[in-house]
Amino acid sequence: MKKYLTDLVVSSNERLHPNYCLLRLTQNVPLPEMFPGQFVEIKVENSPATFLRRPISINYVDRIKNELWLLIQIVGDGTRKLSELKEGDIVNLIYPLGNSFSIFDSQDKDKKLLLIGGGVGTAPMLFLGSKLKTLGYSPIFLLGARTSSDLLQLEMFLQFGTVYTTTEDGSQGEKGYVTNHSILKKRDFDMIYTCGPKPMMVSVVNYAKQIGISCEVSLENTMACGIGACLCCVENTIEGHICVCKEGPVVNIQKLTWQI
Amino acid sequence: MANLNVNIGNLQLKNPVMTASGTFGYGLEFSDFFDISKIGGIFVKGTTIHHREGNFYPRMAETPSGMLNAVGLQNKGVDYFISDIYPQIKDIDTNMIVNVSGSTIEDYIACAEKVNDLPQIPAIELNISCPNVKKGGMAFGTNCQSAAEVVAAVRKVYHKTLIVKLSPNVTDITEIARSVESAGADAVSLINTLLGMAIDAEKRKPILSTITGGLSGPCVKPVALRMVWQTAKAVKIPVIGLGGISNWKDAIEFILAGATAIQIGTYNFIDPTISVKVVDGINEYLDRHSFASVKDLIGVLECN
Ligand SMILES: Cc1cc2nc3c(=O)[nH]c(=O)nc-3n(C[C@H](O)[C@H](O)[C@H](O)COP(=O)(O)OP(=O)(O)OC[C@H]3O[C@@H](n4cnc5c(N)ncnc54)[C@H](O)[C@@H]3O)c2cc1C
Ligand SMILES: Cc1cc2nc3c(=O)[nH]c(=O)nc-3n(C[C@H](O)[C@H](O)[C@H](O)COP(=O)(O)O)c2cc1C
Ligand code: FES
Repeated sequence: MKKYLTDLVVSSNERLHPNYCLLRLTQNVPLPEMFPGQFVEIKVENSPATFLRRPISINYVDRIKNELWLLIQIVGDGTRKLSELKEGDIVNLIYPLGNSFSIFDSQDKDKKLLLIGGGVGTAPMLFLGSKLKTLGYSPIFLLGARTSSDLLQLEMFLQFGTVYTTTEDGSQGEKGYVTNHSILKKRDFDMIYTCGPKPMMVSVVNYAKQIGISCEVSLENTMACGIGACLCCVENTIEGHICVCKEGPVVNIQKLTWQI
Repeated sequence: MANLNVNIGNLQLKNPVMTASGTFGYGLEFSDFFDISKIGGIFVKGTTIHHREGNFYPRMAETPSGMLNAVGLQNKGVDYFISDIYPQIKDIDTNMIVNVSGSTIEDYIACAEKVNDLPQIPAIELNISCPNVKKGGMAFGTNCQSAAEVVAAVRKVYHKTLIVKLSPNVTDITEIARSVESAGADAVSLINTLLGMAIDAEKRKPILSTITGGLSGPCVKPVALRMVWQTAKAVKIPVIGLGGISNWKDAIEFILAGATAIQIGTYNFIDPTISVKVVDGINEYLDRHSFASVKDLIGVLECN
């Protein structure tokens, strides 16, 4: 799949929350094809502490407005600089990168597809959900956050499927972690997709393995090049070290060697 | 348009700009972004006689204006290179150079012998300077005698251009350069990464799985430039300069300090097209200063 090195224009940068922003990017010509799970490597200008590009998942692609969305959690200098971008600013991207979530090519549109996202790990789940909906599926989202104001883009998720939530303080949805949610008692899912903090993904993998559901995780190993050239981002798998930026970020849990 | 050709031993480069081993994959990773045959050469990933899994993750730590890596020569071995990679890269119209590494002299010899048989690989770069492996690697390159031994041994079996990559983690790099020159090297390239370390204060733990790693990027440029300048005065064979180059001006500085050609490493991650931009920038500089050939610029630094 062809990768592009391009300048895109910021069409808006919305502060969804004190620590999160939604960056919408566009260009004059139609954006290239992108798949859920893929990410971009964005260059951060005017941030002396930020030498390398920053990997950010593709949050959503709005084909009508020709916009690429990035949901960014502010954790350090690089992401803070990105949160300060203004409409009309130019950003340089290498994209689309990495593989993508596997999607059933099935006539059976009743398949139960569960998408579990925690924290900023909900970002790729929105794009995946939108794609599944377009294909005729009715995805089930299970989204977790610390508190209700951290649950972002809920109105968007609701457009594409059923939404269940958990918060650690019980301010919205069920109280606790996503992996404690009562919906998981049903155990009749055909596929689970997940992205979020490592401890959360470990619990999800544990759950999926116990009841034998096929499951894919999206990894966030630190990266330098993002294009498979430096071998810095490796994950140890049953096939040896794989580059998360190229052979991932989406990995089937059968391949993982996590100690669970 | 000035003449950008330079020679490294018998190797002819269409221009002095090449990409550094371990930072440019096999070149193919960059072909979506520009015509990679426009640069003078591509040093492919470190290759060893046997498959190596490399070090455990985490292998990378960002630093001010640079990064530490501890990849540890992950590669599928020279036989895989020959059967699976070589066919894909052999027709790229530039010098494809294999970076050869090993844990023992026998490994280096065996790997170099196999690469010698590949008609479209005109040169090897002997990596005696990798700081990220427990055995061999940098251990060869930080001692004059062992550096000379491994170079002399490879020289016997390798009949094309032999470049030796030097470690900056030494007291006097010119001594090592001179010993590999007398052992038969056709050129030296420098620098490999500087041994460094990163700590996560919150977790009170090292960031890299190997604790220490190799520092590269713009932060190492002044050290690299100094070493290239010293080495170019100390040896008669051509010097290939690298370490922190991120624009055409950096490249010109290395050439003025005595480098016949340069390599770009870490900066490929920031701008995958940087190497071809540096080619254009060198050309503009030569025109602007009325130099007919880039060769006229090599080592002409005025130090009085
Ligand atoms: C494939 C991939 C997709 C990603 N998608 C998104 C996304 O959609 N939205 C988003 O906000 N972030 C995403 N990230 C994480 C994001 O890249 C990092 O948060 C960012 O690089 C931090 O940069 P910084 O300069 O702000 O912080 P830094 O100053 O670099 O780091 C601040 C803190 O964040 C931690 N950190 C840095 N990088 C990572 C990482 N890769 N994973 C976990 N912790 C990290 C550091 O250890 C440090 O404690 C993704 C990462 C990967 C690899
Ligand atoms: C991720 C990474 C991997 C590297 N792998 C190799 C290698 O396999 N063999 C080698 O000789 N040098 C290797 N190097 C060193 C570079 O080729 C180069 O000498 C060094 O990075 C300094 O140049 P720079 O500052 O332009 O990157 C590697 C460097 C990096 C950053
Ligand atoms: S980040 Fe360089 S290979 Fe993945």
